[in-house]
Parts: sequence; structure tokens; C-alpha cells
Amino acid sequence: MVDLRTEIAGVALRNPTMLASGFLDETGGSMARVYQAGAGAVVTKSVGPQPREGYPNPTIVELDAGLLNAVGLPNPGVIEYEHEVKRAQAAGAVVIGSVYGKDADEYAAVAAKMSTYGVQAIELNLSCPHAKGLGTEIAQDEAAVRDFTREVKDVVDIPVFPKLSPNVQDIAKFAVAAEEGGADGIVAINTMKAMAITPELKMPSLANRFGGLSGPAIRPIGVRAVYDICEKVQIPVIGVGGVGSGRDALEYIMAGASAVQVGTAILSRGLGVFNEIAREMASLLEEAGFQSVPEAIGVAHA
Amino acid sequence: MPLLEIVRETPTTTTYRFRGDLGGKPGQFLMVWIPRYDELPMALSHLGAVKGITVRDYGDATHALAAFTAGDRIGVRGPYGNAFQLEGPSVLAVGGGSGMASMIAAIEAFAQQGARVVTAVGARTAAELLFVERANAAGEMHIATDDGSRGSAGFVPALAEKLLARESFAQVITCGPERMMAAVVDLARQKGLPVQASLERYMKCGIGICDACALDDKLVCWDGPIFTGDQLAKSEEFGRYRRDKSGRRVPV
Repeated sequence: MVDLRTEIAGVALRNPTMLASGFLDETGGSMARVYQAGAGAVVTKSVGPQPREGYPNPTIVELDAGLLNAVGLPNPGVIEYEHEVKRAQAAGAVVIGSVYGKDADEYAAVAAKMSTYGVQAIELNLSCPHAKGLGTEIAQDEAAVRDFTREVKDVVDIPVFPKLSPNVQDIAKFAVAAEEGGADGIVAINTMKAMAITPELKMPSLANRFGGLSGPAIRPIGVRAVYDICEKVQIPVIGVGGVGSGRDALEYIMAGASAVQVGTAILSRGLGVFNEIAREMASLLEEAGFQSVPEAIGVAHA
Repeated sequence: MPLLEIVRETPTTTTYRFRGDLGGKPGQFLMVWIPRYDELPMALSHLGAVKGITVRDYGDATHALAAFTAGDRIGVRGPYGNAFQLEGPSVLAVGGGSGMASMIAAIEAFAQQGARVVTAVGARTAAELLFVERANAAGEMHIATDDGSRGSAGFVPALAEKLLARESFAQVITCGPERMMAAVVDLARQKGLPVQASLERYMKCGIGICDACALDDKLVCWDGPIFTGDQLAKSEEFGRYRRDKSGRRVPV
């Protein structure tokens, strides 16, 4: 029997699947449900200092290749969000708090507040491709990635995982910058900046015009990003982007990821997707002669 | 989708018809894109080849839609959500205001499969009564208006209580303002009757991923919009709280 437990910077997971930020994680009730459905951990909606409504609808478009969204970071603000975290934790969930702000000070303040709620780690959303005027495009600037990470590290004593953008020339440089800033792990990748147009209406399909693409189309991009990052940093990596099966997850693991996040696949496979991925991983690992997840991490680099 | 026909049902409520090979069951909803304004969940009020949605003018987007004419285009995705379960020999349908739009297809489907359908329709005034002719054609129909301008004066749950005292039904269905539905759900449960209520929440995705329409640990778009009395009796939020656009819990 393959041991599916894994660990990232001291955060122990019952299996390597995590709920990706932005999916079913605005409320504690939904996060509890996802954890109970089998996720190893849940990452919260990205939470900022103040309540935020997000963009007007349409905010999502279903495409053959995946899902395009410009939801626009709606969240109730970090103060009210305590109730949601507590509710998820009451159901036993391992919760990772995703935060954003308009500058490094705001990131640090929100992360510090979030850490008092008992979350196991902080994810820094440095990379939302469609939120203007927030710090979420700082994953375009290596010095900013380093500085924001350091400022958050200085105010929390739990692991900090910056989430990086694929919308850059060389993502590994940004991972190095995050490591220099004291990051305890890297989350890669966020969505790809993308657009869809509705010909019948002669206009972009999203109210925000462009958004972020997730799902199967970006998996090869994510696997390549994780592979490159793992060549350059020592800290653990969490792979995200188009994971919908155990085989998809193993691609990321063998590229060097210690765990994976799952979001868009909930659409095609339902909430059972976490258990199914874990089961499929176990059987593929066993066939390949591995006893545990850590044994398979990064083997494709040999 | 180009609009085929636009029908003014009441001074504030309009039906928009369009041809769509979408399928759709009584109680399901569409995400309707009003270009340049918004995309909103709207119940199917007409099934069949020429679909229909019936919309109350209550905000910027629905107000813009009210100015649309035949040939203007809307975007449509869906249908989404669950449907009314049509079981048993008789049903009491209790509708308030534009809530009738979500129930009328179920009322007609019940009647078509031979069930006895009694509908209690409520509105603020006589002019705002929605789908009374269709409900009347499907069975027996009773009216309550807040101002007494037609039918009995008062709220529709009081009318429903009288009808429940008069005869026994196999089940109750309801759609309308949430406090009204909470009263109807209570009445039905006191009688030990199965009850289904169609809920409304702010939605973004409509497909069960964004969490905007959370009700406790359920999603109105995915687990609903129709919930059973047993589910609602366990809910901390039904009849009390909804979520605003930022996800904050606010009173209904």
C-alpha cells in the first residue's frame, strides 16, 4: 500500500491534493465540505484588508480548453473572514490562508491577521492576472517578489508560499527571488492571461474583457514551470494548473512538486475529484515501484 | 440568442422568449447575459422549443433588459441547478410576486401528469399578480394581495394556511420572498408534508465553483436552487442570512 502522506515546509498533508485558491473557498461551510470530500488541505479565497465585491458579471466562461475567469477577487475582508476559517477548522480542515493587498505593508498586515486565525501557512497571491491596482501583478517584478515575501515573513511565524505567475519570460528567476526573500515554498502556477470573444455579440465574453485561463490547457505550462523552478531552488514547490487526474498530479510530482492544487477539475469530476486523484496516484505509484509520494518527487530530473 | 417575443406580464415584470435547444426541467435556471450590464440567474418560465424567462425590473441590468425589443440579443448559458421533484397525486403551490416565474413550469408539469394542483398566488396589488391565467388553467387558483385589490387581503402564507386546513395535499412547493417561503416551509412541516422551496442568491459562476451563492455548506446554483423542507429546517441561514457580493453574511 502506497503511503500518500506528504509534507511541505512542516505542513503535514494526508494526501498531496489541495483545493486551489478561488474555488469553493469564500465560505467556511464550503471549505469544510471540500476537506471532507478528500482534499489534503484547502487554500482560502484570496483575502484582502477590506471587503471587495469583485467584477461585474459575466465573470466566467467555460471553454473547451478550460475555464476563463475574471471574478476579480471578491472577499469579505480579513476581519470578517475569521468566522469562515474557524468554521472550516472546526470540521478538521487543514487551511492555508491566501492573501493580497495593494502594497507590501498591506500584504504583511493581512497575513499577520490571518495567521492569528490558526491557518497552517500563508499563500501570497502575487499573481492574479486580472486585478488592477492591487499587488497581484507584482509577480512581474523580481525585486518586489523578494521584498513582499520578506516583509510577510517578518510578521508571521508560519510558512509562507508565494504564488507565481506564468505570464513572465522566466518563472524560475522569480522563484529564486522568493527564496531569497525567505519563502518556505513556491506555488506555481497562477492562471494564464487570456481572452474570449462572443462573435454573436461582437464583444469580449468577460465584463473585465480579459481574465485568467485555468484547466487542462495550462497543465503543460505548469509542469514546465515547476520543472524549471525545481532546478533553481531548494524549497518545496506546490504544482497547480490543470490537474484533473492522478496521472496529471504525478507529472507535477515527478517535475519536482511536493503537492498539487486542484480547482477547475471540480467542474468535470465533482468534489470526488480529490479522493479520485489520490486513489489514482496510489495505484500509479505502486505500478512504478514507489512506496511513498516523497520517493517520486523530482524523479524526472534524473 | 436573438429575442423572438417580449411580453409585458405586469407593470414591473416581463417575459422574454427565444428559441433554444437547451433542454431544461421545471425549476431550473439559466445564466442570462444582458450585454454591457450584467449576467444574472433567471428561472425558465417557459420550457419547450421556444424558451422563456420572466424577469422583474429591479436593478440597472433588468431595467436595461426591459428596453430590449425583438431581435436584440442576450447571452444564455445553462440550464443549471436541480428541478422540482414532481411526485404524488396533489400539490399546493404557493407563489409570491415574481417567484411565480420559477414555479409556473412545475405547476403545469404537475397538472400534465394528472396531479391535482392548487395554486395560491400572492402579490402586493392586483396588477402585480403573475401567471394567474396559467395557474388557473393548470387547476384551482386562489389569490391574496397585500392591499386587498384582488382575492383575499393579506399575505399568501395566511391563504396557504387556510388551504392546508381545508384539504390534505401530498406536497407543497413554494417560491417568493425568502421570509414568505420560510413561513410556508414552517406551515408544511407542521402538517408533516414534504415541501420544496426554490431559493435565490447572488451568483457569479452558476456552475458550482465560485462559492458566491453559498447557503451553509450548500451551493444554491449546484445543490439547489430547490431545497427540501428537511434541508431548510437544518439551515442556519435560510430565512435569516444571505451573502452580499463580497461574501459577507447579511440579513435576508
